[in-house]
Amino acid sequence: MSATDGPGAAPGAHTALGLPLERLEAADKVTGRAPYAYEHPLPDPLYLHPVTSTVARGRITAVDTSAADATPGVRLVLTHTGAERLADTGDREFAVLQSDRVSFYGQFVAAVVADTPETAREAAALVRVEYEAEPHDVVLTADHPRLYPPGDEDDPADHEQGDPDAELARAPVVVDRTYRTPMEHNNPMEPHTTVALWTGDGPGPGSGDGDLTLYDSTQGAHPVRETVAGVLGLDPARVRVVSPHVGGGFGSKGSAHAHDILAAMAARALPGRPVKFALTRQQMFSLVGHRTPTIQRVRLAAESDGRIRALVHDSVEHTSTVKEFAEGSAATSRMMYAALHRRTTQRLADLDVPIPFWMRAPGEAPGIYALESAMDELAQACGIDPVELRLRNEPSVDPRTGEPWSDRRLVECLREGAERFGWADRDPAPGTRREGRWRVGTGVAAAVYPHLYNPGSVAEIHYDGDRYTVDIGAADIGTGSRTALTQIAAQGLGLPVERVRLRLGDTDLPAATVAGGSSGTVSWGAAVLAAAAAFRDRHGTDPGPGARARAAAPEDAVAQGRAVASFGAHFVEARVDADTGEVRVPRMLGVFSVGRVVNPRTARSQLVGGMVMGLSMALHERSVLDPRTGHVVNADLAEYHVPVHADVGDVRAHWLEGEDPAAGPLGARGVGEIGIVGAAAAVANAVHHATGVRVRELPITLDRFVG
Amino acid sequence: MDATITLHVDGEEHRLTVDTRTGLLDALRDRLGETSPKKGCDHGQCGACTVLVEGRRILSCLALAVSHDGARVTTAAGLAPRGDLHPVARAFVDRDALQCGYCTPGQVCSAVGVLDEAARGWPSLVTDESGDDPGEGAPVPLDREEIRERMSGNLCRCGAYTHIVDAVESVGSAGAGGEAAR
Repeated sequence: MSATDGPGAAPGAHTALGLPLERLEAADKVTGRAPYAYEHPLPDPLYLHPVTSTVARGRITAVDTSAADATPGVRLVLTHTGAERLADTGDREFAVLQSDRVSFYGQFVAAVVADTPETAREAAALVRVEYEAEPHDVVLTADHPRLYPPGDEDDPADHEQGDPDAELARAPVVVDRTYRTPMEHNNPMEPHTTVALWTGDGPGPGSGDGDLTLYDSTQGAHPVRETVAGVLGLDPARVRVVSPHVGGGFGSKGSAHAHDILAAMAARALPGRPVKFALTRQQMFSLVGHRTPTIQRVRLAAESDGRIRALVHDSVEHTSTVKEFAEGSAATSRMMYAALHRRTTQRLADLDVPIPFWMRAPGEAPGIYALESAMDELAQACGIDPVELRLRNEPSVDPRTGEPWSDRRLVECLREGAERFGWADRDPAPGTRREGRWRVGTGVAAAVYPHLYNPGSVAEIHYDGDRYTVDIGAADIGTGSRTALTQIAAQGLGLPVERVRLRLGDTDLPAATVAGGSSGTVSWGAAVLAAAAAFRDRHGTDPGPGARARAAAPEDAVAQGRAVASFGAHFVEARVDADTGEVRVPRMLGVFSVGRVVNPRTARSQLVGGMVMGLSMALHERSVLDPRTGHVVNADLAEYHVPVHADVGDVRAHWLEGEDPAAGPLGARGVGEIGIVGAAAAVANAVHHATGVRVRELPITLDRFVG
Repeated sequence: MDATITLHVDGEEHRLTVDTRTGLLDALRDRLGETSPKKGCDHGQCGACTVLVEGRRILSCLALAVSHDGARVTTAAGLAPRGDLHPVARAFVDRDALQCGYCTPGQVCSAVGVLDEAARGWPSLVTDESGDDPGEGAPVPLDREEIRERMSGNLCRCGAYTHIVDAVESVGSAGAGGEAAR
């Protein structure tokens, strides 16, 4: 696959963008040769296995390491009394082995490093930890006494426009419903892994110079470097993070977590030998983030023709006592529909739970599930087709600010989706269609994802007389960013893609922002385009070997005074077994508006993958916290359900052609998250249409339809 | 306790001494540096560690290394000579049947096993055996439902399932995978 113009083409000619280029590392991935964090060949590794807390709140009163110390092959046992004092633990997630406090079940309380993984695991099991347990609370309720409003003056928890209460009191149609979503875990296929190597003088903390190398599974090598250097009191220039391939993340690898610090502490205590630390699948349920459960009350006040007068969305979520993370589920309800009177609120309870963090579309995924379910209930209450209801409530400007939309094409997404799906002849009556043992229904829901652009990335281009090498410390966690950025560089340089080689995933490359908030390709791409322009400015179209240029992404790439966001529409067919209540989804179809699509092949995979995760949210995923212990009892992939091949039918993603100049120099918005947003609501709405049963708590399991 | 065993991995013979507790997956990854098979769960729940042993797919995380003394193990890296791609692997590339790539070697090995099993006439849960008996060992046609059922031990959190089914379907039930593995 090549761009159609040659090396001498004018910079900026639009040729490489939009090509369905094959994923560049695909051959390395299908053979398994692409190295993930655990797999870089390093001599004489050691293996770390942690000991984790078995109470959800309390104090460690004693740690007996004698049996572990005596195990042949054990090199180090770290406990809170013996571990180094860290330089900066202002972020309490990183205060690893710094005190006797236990703040959640599964927290690190000790660690063993040994010559083999078997020895490390055996010795970790021999460490005896005694606790003084304190009463804990892990159960979120809508009226929890510890609820508080997060945020500050710049980003308050509550927003109100107009007088929604008065409208709720007078409107002819009111929907007032509460929706619940469970605790969920990202569960990327590659467990979070850090391999840490301390080289130079040593041993031990506080010794002289030394350098730390981390082979890490992360969505942001440079952010991890900043975090780890700060916590350990190192000059960031002495810390290198290497992460060329990452086995998924979906947000959980968007930050360093405690295991990065623990691996680095062990490496500093054992200089010269790499310390390999891959979390077990079970440990990932306590240590790398999760999506909070949500309790969301949505109230819609409407005229009898479905026009919404007031929209109130109140979200209750949990956070940890260690640090605050606010999911923000009500936020997008401020801008979805043309309600003159609106209020959104957010309350958190800090419970004795592991630390929540990003999971694909944090806020939008649960929030739009609730709003779009309520919209379906409003359509039913008004006797209006649910597509038509959304068309009637389309806002001409951003309701939050009154700013014009740059590229809001929700109406087109709904219309094109309805056409492709075959929505026109739908019988609106719920619970009336039967094919053999299956009750059949269809559902629709809208999707939205804000446009995020992170300034600060830098790219460098070097010409060796044959090929152009583009360096940027970006991450490819399976999104296809390596491929897309290569195309963007080729575009900027006016070259066929074969002449461009792109390197990423290493702090030895110029700094890049995190792969998060669907911002990666847009933010890094802006840096690559800037570097390409600088290269051509300095060296023209006939550079000599050794030519080099470097540039940063602009601070302000997004147009001011415009509301920029992506939109979409999901259409789903659901079937529910009349006898067993089993739910099957043979068909999902999404139409999205995401601005310019850089690579249709990888973008399609992203969108379809998001839809599959939305199906998973609808029907499968739930982390079950035992209130007695604070422990996720289904902490593995047999009991924490995600879809398998047999659960996934015909899933199709389409997008509207176009570009959004307000979104930045690429005219693109992100594609990583919008696929999950709204998908669960479309499934729930289809299930209601099939059965007449409105399930307002995810996941939708078969017991809801039996009896 | 240690034991010395022989493993033939992707055509290369290895003599190694392992702790008798060592799983086949850890022996491959930690002892031999053969990291094509991945560790996703270590409990036989995700399929990322799938390899072919004597041509049949197994979950290497659930196998003890010492139980496979003398075994011929094929990983996704050994399905074709370096620089070449097995038809199944090629189909995965063509259909973008992967994203993060971590489950992919297991999916590819599993698909190679599926093609061989179907070619041998082994039925699955969804195989229609109600019609005229085509005879013992007659190949099972691999339609999408068959592929989904047979591949359901291999999780993909990126959600590349539809493209994986496309890829396996495109290779068909000619048994190409099985021959390469044996």
